[in-house]
Amino acid sequence: MFVLSGLLILIAPLPQASKTPQKRHIRIEASSFQFMPGQIHINPDDVVTVELVSLDVVHGLSLDEYDFELKADLGQTATATFVANKTGVFRFRCSVACGNLHPFMIGKLQVGTNQYLIRGFALLLLSIVMAIYSLRQKPLGQKRLST
Amino acid sequence: MTRLDLTRFPSAFSILRSRWPQFILRAVTLAGFIFTILAGLFGSVVGSNNFAIIFVWIAWWTALKLFFIPLGGRSWCSICPIPMPGEWLQNGGILMPRGKGFGLNKRWPKALRGSWFQAGGFLFIGLFGAFTLTSASVTGFVLLFIIVLAFVLSLVFERRSFCNYLCPIGGFSGLYAQAGPVEVRVKDAEVCASHAEKTCYNACPWGQYPLALKSSANCGLCMECLRVCPSDNIAVNLRPWGSDLGPKTKHRLDEAFLGLVMLASVLIDSVVFLGPWGQIKSAAYAIGSTSWFIFAGIFLFTTIIIVPGLYVGAVKLSILLGSVRATLRQSLATYSQVLVPLGLMAWIAFTISFAFAKFSYLLPVISDPLGWGWNLIGYSNSAWVGQSTAVSLLLQIVMLAIGLTWSSRVAIRVSSSLRQALPMVTFCGIFSFTMLWLLIG
Repeated sequence: MFVLSGLLILIAPLPQASKTPQKRHIRIEASSFQFMPGQIHINPDDVVTVELVSLDVVHGLSLDEYDFELKADLGQTATATFVANKTGVFRFRCSVACGNLHPFMIGKLQVGTNQYLIRGFALLLLSIVMAIYSLRQKPLGQKRLST
Repeated sequence: MTRLDLTRFPSAFSILRSRWPQFILRAVTLAGFIFTILAGLFGSVVGSNNFAIIFVWIAWWTALKLFFIPLGGRSWCSICPIPMPGEWLQNGGILMPRGKGFGLNKRWPKALRGSWFQAGGFLFIGLFGAFTLTSASVTGFVLLFIIVLAFVLSLVFERRSFCNYLCPIGGFSGLYAQAGPVEVRVKDAEVCASHAEKTCYNACPWGQYPLALKSSANCGLCMECLRVCPSDNIAVNLRPWGSDLGPKTKHRLDEAFLGLVMLASVLIDSVVFLGPWGQIKSAAYAIGSTSWFIFAGIFLFTTIIIVPGLYVGAVKLSILLGSVRATLRQSLATYSQVLVPLGLMAWIAFTISFAFAKFSYLLPVISDPLGWGWNLIGYSNSAWVGQSTAVSLLLQIVMLAIGLTWSSRVAIRVSSSLRQALPMVTFCGIFSFTMLWLLIG
């Protein structure tokens, strides 16, 4: 029962708040080793134009699960547009080796509701219930702190 | 509980009994270790182009948490190259049992025993982690320092004192090996009791007596006891995960501290390495700067005050809610078991997002390990930008859920009632929800 409930939590479709898609222009400044802003929240199906500005060395921006990449030379701006047709939270990362902390230069784009977080919360609550339920018949006499 | 003794299978027994297979693996890891030091010291200063950075902090560190510990407990310790040179000198030969070689053979001071220094070492690594994990030369120097320190200590102190009391990775592996599915135990206690020579204890580089083994935390799976036992009375068991955790095993206060340091470290590493907060990354990297001192202060406050404080609070509440009063010290030690599955699964969840996104660096550094422009296997320019996928996110959620179920079950099992377990279950819940938010949020 718990396994089925867990699977249901992980894969059942969840409703998305429907908001009218907008055209957005987002300017992201990249410097070693951060994106500003580092966290962006948009609505599903927004048409997003990203303007990447590099403030020190060459930086890139690659968005997880989207075929979207930009590269901006020092002091230059690179611009491209994509449609946010996948919902959830996606990391964007620097795609050009820019220094020692380059592999950890990460930002976060949230498209609509973060359904994975909701599923995760639900599954963790179920975990606690499952733990309690699975040991509900344990005889008390064998327990350590009472001996 | 069910056990499968691998020594019942003749082929497995002969592989475990012979020193050669283990020696070959250890020779490979030692060669890799030396090459890693050289790559760190003489290779490219660009971390993502250097074998030392990619293989130590991505490949090996990932393999330890996703493969060696969950599937083999302290199996990495059985092939770890760090104690080898010193141990060869101690034994007076490469394939020799523990015997009369070089060294003063002194006992490690009693006051310095336990895993306090291992926890401190892990804290120290974490404090400088952003710098060490991304600087090839620092990684090279750290590895060189560790192997030299282990060597020097083996000339002064008996057995594997460095591994037992100082190695942070030994502490990490030992703590979580209690949840692992492998153990060395005796087959028949009567046989050991009647054997006066105790050859197994004398041969054990870890100073363990197999008859007394109740936990796998301090057994390095080196198999020396199995090799010297005249009665073939040593079993190498596959067992259910978490067999060392429960009401019948004994635990110490230092295990609680080690477990708490691990919990705090995975939280902080998630913030620094996986979070979108660039200023925190820069502060963690800029050692000696004002921002780094602020980072260090917050780091130490979290690891030494906040997380342990929450734990102590939860344990105190548990004592109050229990039907029989136990001392705080005893309860802190007993409940330390709860931290084992909680921390192990949190580290696995952390590693999944780390590994999925960073494995793209592996093939290029095999092709050009020193970053000198080589192209040995044709993959030098094949690096792509790794990414988290829906699969990795779901896996992380499932790992955290398993950790919470498992640790809650341990909390309930070692408590006298469900009511008494609730504060610890709440502690585990707060930690898991925080990890979830950091990794998935």
